[in-house]
Amino acid sequence: MTAGDAAVRIKNVSHQFGEAGETQFVRALLDTSLDISRGELLCLIGPSGCGKSTLLNIIGGLLAPTRGAVEVAGKAVHGPTPHEIAFVFQENALFPWNTVIENVRLGMLFQGVPKSEHEPRAKKSLETVGLAEFANHYPGQLSGGMRQRAALARALSLQTGILLMDEPFGALDEQTRMILGEDLSVLLARTEKTIVFVTHSLGEAVFLADRVAVFSARPGTIKKIIHVDEPHPRRSNFVTSEKFTELRNELYALLHEEIRKTMDESPRPGNDDATVKDS
Amino acid sequence: MARRNQRAAGIGSRAVQLGFLVALLILWYLATNRWGVNHLLLPNPIDVWHQLINVLRSGEYLPDLRVTLSELVIAFALAMTSGTIVGYFVSRTRYSIRVFEPLFAGIYSVPIILFLPLYVLFFGLGPASKIALGTTISFFPIVLSTIAGFSNVDRTLVTAARSMGASDYQLLRYVLVPAALPVILTGLRMGFTVAMLSILGSETIASLAGLGHHIVQLAENMEMARMFAYIAFVVVMVAVLNAFVSYLEARGRRWA
Repeated sequence: MTAGDAAVRIKNVSHQFGEAGETQFVRALLDTSLDISRGELLCLIGPSGCGKSTLLNIIGGLLAPTRGAVEVAGKAVHGPTPHEIAFVFQENALFPWNTVIENVRLGMLFQGVPKSEHEPRAKKSLETVGLAEFANHYPGQLSGGMRQRAALARALSLQTGILLMDEPFGALDEQTRMILGEDLSVLLARTEKTIVFVTHSLGEAVFLADRVAVFSARPGTIKKIIHVDEPHPRRSNFVTSEKFTELRNELYALLHEEIRKTMDESPRPGNDDATVKDS
Repeated sequence: MARRNQRAAGIGSRAVQLGFLVALLILWYLATNRWGVNHLLLPNPIDVWHQLINVLRSGEYLPDLRVTLSELVIAFALAMTSGTIVGYFVSRTRYSIRVFEPLFAGIYSVPIILFLPLYVLFFGLGPASKIALGTTISFFPIVLSTIAGFSNVDRTLVTAARSMGASDYQLLRYVLVPAALPVILTGLRMGFTVAMLSILGSETIASLAGLGHHIVQLAENMEMARMFAYIAFVVVMVAVLNAFVSYLEARGRRWA
């Protein structure tokens, strides 16, 4: 991978919440560096509180890192870059007082898309996720899976090169997330977007990712990167393959150790003695 | 299925409520016609009904109705404007919420009607003192609910809007206001009710015109049946206005 290929460059990023000594002090991320290449799907996986979501928010410009820098499309990130990056959040990020299609149009209004393009682009992205019939429903009338597809449609309509997804299927049941994962893989093969995907699910990570970045316990940093060499779109038979199982087991072994560390540590954030020892 | 049961339950409770009112009317009738309660204390409901018809036919209530309603409309408009604007600016920082929210809540719990003599001294016996009192009293529920509404907006929605490039104005117009609206509307309904109560109440205590004023005058002239007719008129007016305001409130939160 050459430098020119990188859609996102993360350079020595550290982040802490609060100041040392305060009760709220948490060292979330420690000296993390990573290049994300154009068109790849990168999964971030790690124990709770390891800073995966923090890193995602830093890439998206929603959070300024304490140290280090992030470049998107060759430019340093200071604040949100709505023309480069679209987010899909864990849940409830749709505006409940707007219908599905109004939600999609509102995103384009915020991004600054000319009014005349709103309707066709909204319709197209709703068709892509299979929600065309539900355009005039309110989010409260949809199932969790449909709501997340609507959120995905809103992100797709922004036509950004990069999609950041923060446990988008985290609140859904296993069957629904399997189906949505397959759909996402198909979509990825078609659109060639760069996707960074935070997840807790080992299976989801292996199924979706071109690369899986495994985080250590807090303060998080990338412990290992696993390559999943399998073309998109991936079908359900990939899940039953030997390769899938091997990769999943490898991930499990890597993660298990880190999760143990998090569990042994005091559950209270701000216990920095423990965090320092673990790093 | 659940909806049908709900509706059936709704009709059931309505029937009980109606039955209660009818029972009250019957008791009233019996008290005056059979049990010999003095008509100066409690007039006969049938007399009251005739008086009510007479009042409505003659249109003599119109000048007083106009005074009371214009006091109410002006007071509520002032309280709504000032309450929502002050509430919005207070809700913008945690610090100002911490300072002003308890302050407003504290003043809200004081019975401001006690200051009516002061309002009369400052603004006179005319509509101005009613408007000033009504505005003051209804300002507090409105400002408190506005603060509550704006400060409890789901952060995820704000973050989502920001990530898509929403400007400050867009954030306010498309996210903060719609998110806070249901809570603000509840405050507006409460503000409307207390404005109405305080205006009618203060008219009965110290005033030159208005429905409250007229009711007290009838009492002083011992025209009890006509006074009850006016009270019935005001009760119906208040019920209609409240129903209208509740309808507006329900419309504003129809997505929820």
